[in-house]
Amino acid sequence: MDFVFDNDRPIYIQLVEQMEKFIVSGELASGVRLPSVRDFAVRCRVNPNTMQRALAELEELGLIYTERTNGKFVTSDEDLIKKFREKYAENKAVNFLTEMEELGYTKEETLEYLKNLNQED
Amino acid sequence: MELLKCVDLSKSYGDDEALKDINLVIPKGRIVGLLGKNGAGKTTLIKLINDLLTPTKGEILINERPVGVESKKVISYLPERSYMNKSMSVKEALSMFKEFYEDFDYEKCKKTLKKLDLDMEMKISKMSKGMQEKLQLILVMSRRAELYILDEPLAGVDPAARENILDMILTNLGEDASLIISTHLISDIERILDDVIFINEGRIILYSPADELRNRENASIDDIFRRMFKC
Repeated sequence: MDFVFDNDRPIYIQLVEQMEKFIVSGELASGVRLPSVRDFAVRCRVNPNTMQRALAELEELGLIYTERTNGKFVTSDEDLIKKFREKYAENKAVNFLTEMEELGYTKEETLEYLKNLNQED
Repeated sequence: MELLKCVDLSKSYGDDEALKDINLVIPKGRIVGLLGKNGAGKTTLIKLINDLLTPTKGEILINERPVGVESKKVISYLPERSYMNKSMSVKEALSMFKEFYEDFDYEKCKKTLKKLDLDMEMKISKMSKGMQEKLQLILVMSRRAELYILDEPLAGVDPAARENILDMILTNLGEDASLIISTHLISDIERILDDVIFINEGRIILYSPADELRNRENASIDDIFRRMFKC
């Protein structure tokens, strides 16, 4: 699990985005226990308060939860993870279609293009 | 929860006003970047907080009490220039710290040194400049202080080793402790900062949470600093 940050945007937002991605991709498996806030912060080389803020946001999204004495866990709610994955895929696809459109491809041409690309593989 | 408070703090050297009307509160549990060009007043402010200089005007409170003997016990300070006796061995430097500071954690310090492959028997004079700086930082961070003040801890350390230093800071900083780090090498450390203070010509011109500033300006602290001071 490697976090990469650029300094131009709030670090906690980037943490949330990257954790989201690790969870939907399964790199952070559902139900798994997270390190303590401090250990996690040290591992990512970020400020503990920033990590705390990111985890609070992920908790609000439902992607992680706190067990009072045991720490924080990734949600076991597979439907929720799936929902986030779909949202992710949708964003990617929409962005891709927009870019292709900017290159002058219609939606049909883009689909045709993808099909041909697939066959060449 | 005010750990440090500066009230109308000014310091002049003759006609030269090094600091002008500084009002500043640093709560517990924050990592604060004190950022400014050379000569902006960073070191003067730090020396005042450490009671090494006397203010021309105003006052400095630590835990709501004026700085003095008591505040020295809770502040762990890494000065810009080394004060260590280079004929000592690493082990002797540790013993010295143990003697001077009640809150010095000898075992933790030894463990950190081992992790970074620093030999206890080695003479400080035999170490490279970067290694000496690392040793000093480890000593300073091995105290269980309430406030750590690091004056330009990165200057002599090569870029590859800077990450080590960030790790050391993050690993050793107690939950309620605060840390002030002064530097002009902003991009290397901005990721670990809660708050940033921009200081220029003896005045504080900005004091803000780092992420809020990034959000507002859509830029890194480093970029914002450069833009503001055209450097």
